[in-house]
Amino acid sequence: MTVAAIKEYTGRARDAVENFHGNQLLFIGWEDHLMFCAPFAFPFPPTMRFGDIVEKVLPGAYGYHPDWARIDWSKVAWIKSGVPWVPSFKHSLAENGLGHKDAIRFRTPGLAGIGGACS
Amino acid sequence: MDMQVPKKKLSLKERYTLMTRDLAWDTSYQPKEKVYPYAGYEGIKIHDWDKWEDPFRLTMDAYWKYQSEKERKLYAIIDAYSQSNGHLGVTDARYLNAIKLFLTGVTPLEYMAHRGFAHVGRQFPGAGARVACMMQAIDEMRHAQTQIHSLSNYNKYYNGFHDFPHMYDRVWYLSVPKSFFEDAMTAGPFEFVVSIGFSFEYVLTNLLFVPFVSGAAYNGDMGTMTFGFSAQSDEARHMTLGLECIKFILEQDPANLPIVQRWIDKWTWRGVRLLSIVAAMMDYMLPKRVMSWKEAWEIYFEENGGALFKDLARYGIRMPDCAAQIAKEKDHLSHQVWATFYNYGAATDFHTWLPDAEEMDWLAQKYPDTFDKYYRPRFEFWREQADKGNRFYNKTLPMLCQTCQIPTVFTEPDDPTKICYRETTYKGDKYHFCSDHCQHIFENEPEKYVQAWLPVNQIYQGNCFDDGVDPGAPGFDPLAAVLEHCRMVHGRDNLDFEGSEDQRNFEEWRGMSKRNA
Repeated sequence: MTVAAIKEYTGRARDAVENFHGNQLLFIGWEDHLMFCAPFAFPFPPTMRFGDIVEKVLPGAYGYHPDWARIDWSKVAWIKSGVPWVPSFKHSLAENGLGHKDAIRFRTPGLAGIGGACS
Repeated sequence: MDMQVPKKKLSLKERYTLMTRDLAWDTSYQPKEKVYPYAGYEGIKIHDWDKWEDPFRLTMDAYWKYQSEKERKLYAIIDAYSQSNGHLGVTDARYLNAIKLFLTGVTPLEYMAHRGFAHVGRQFPGAGARVACMMQAIDEMRHAQTQIHSLSNYNKYYNGFHDFPHMYDRVWYLSVPKSFFEDAMTAGPFEFVVSIGFSFEYVLTNLLFVPFVSGAAYNGDMGTMTFGFSAQSDEARHMTLGLECIKFILEQDPANLPIVQRWIDKWTWRGVRLLSIVAAMMDYMLPKRVMSWKEAWEIYFEENGGALFKDLARYGIRMPDCAAQIAKEKDHLSHQVWATFYNYGAATDFHTWLPDAEEMDWLAQKYPDTFDKYYRPRFEFWREQADKGNRFYNKTLPMLCQTCQIPTVFTEPDDPTKICYRETTYKGDKYHFCSDHCQHIFENEPEKYVQAWLPVNQIYQGNCFDDGVDPGAPGFDPLAAVLEHCRMVHGRDNLDFEGSEDQRNFEEWRGMSKRNA
């Protein structure tokens, strides 16, 4: 049973990729920095270079945090759908295998938020 | 000598029978299944509707009499309160933000409950249940109305009260209560009474009304207190109806048990997620606090709810399995949710603020295992920055849970330093959740929840701007356009309480009421 209904019933996925005018959603979370209360949602074209996200978009979203400027990007560990994953900064989202509504997170070793409290 | 024999007065029971069940009839032109098309598809089996016991035996004439009496008292108090400028007697204008949350997030639910009970009052094949649901439908309409009337007084003086039905359909955090009720209303009639009649009205209602109504009493808000008390005797009736529904369904057929248990599991969880907004209100928004969210949870759910589920054990019903996770979250919920409102305080139609030093000490005392360790550093850092003129406003939209629609702010049940990520793939699309329980609810009825109207995703689809707005225009500011679409005035309805027009006006008016100009 995929829904309780009086007859055969199919829902329409409201967030299908074709509704985003050429973009796809990407969710990004920064581990151990809960001052940002939840992972972020972004609409990006699949042709966007992954490095552009890190270099041009994320500073606007995370730059307020004092840890942001201290990140050593060569040591950052990425996670996709809960498992370790290595992105290529010079390739696009599509080439990195990132699809619509994928959720990725990054851990920044040595940085544990405000007062070391993961804030 | 002839004696005049007074006409025998009907007993309560006869009266009840004549004025409720005797008003029903069996159809002869149409088969019963066509007249009550929604009665069977959920799998609930009812063999004898006459076994339905109405615990109140209330008839319509008595109902009008009681209710009109209550209305007269209520409106007399509301009039006196507004004519004597009662709003200046509240502890602080900051308090009114809790009431804005109530008007935008709770009052529309009363109206939705009216619609829901009117619907099932038509769809149940049993006349006793139909009459009880009809009266509850009228109660819920009355609650919506008395709340709107009481709170309209504040709308004359303060911001954020001006357009609650419009906001209810559009503002991001109001999609949480809205989707909760729409989920219940689009279910079948039996799931609706279990979700709203039992899980919400019986198991969780005290956790909604005590914070708001006692909060009002503690903070000098006679308007809210009065409609709360006026609703109280109705609520007692609703609770009894909710419990009667559950017992009746379970007594009718043993096959009903697993279905009802699944609904109780689902709706307890959905209700608790909804109440996380109340948790934040209770611990952070009241200038004079009643008790902590954790204490309220322990009294009203763990103790009272525990006794209830013990009582229901003879039907085979057990405590919802989410109770274990909720017990772990009670130390964290309010802090995480208030921090979320503080993050997005530019997009709320009430004001936000940081707890002051005394309030943080209270929180530390009420939450000795968690507040100082996990949350104080965050609030102190924000305070430090705000004092330097660098108040934190999060301008990037968050990921939302597909089921409860709350930003995925909740942490792993066993690790408060890690956000809880859960995902599943359905028909090739990914879906994200705040918890195992929200994920299970989705997986049980994916065709329903793939349709969720998630505000963040809708904004990115371009569906949250006024007609004629061109998102492609140079210098387009999407967040400003969203606020306008919600009819929120930037700088007036949102942002910090400190420095707000509400704060200024309240101080000035209260000063005028105490001193000569």
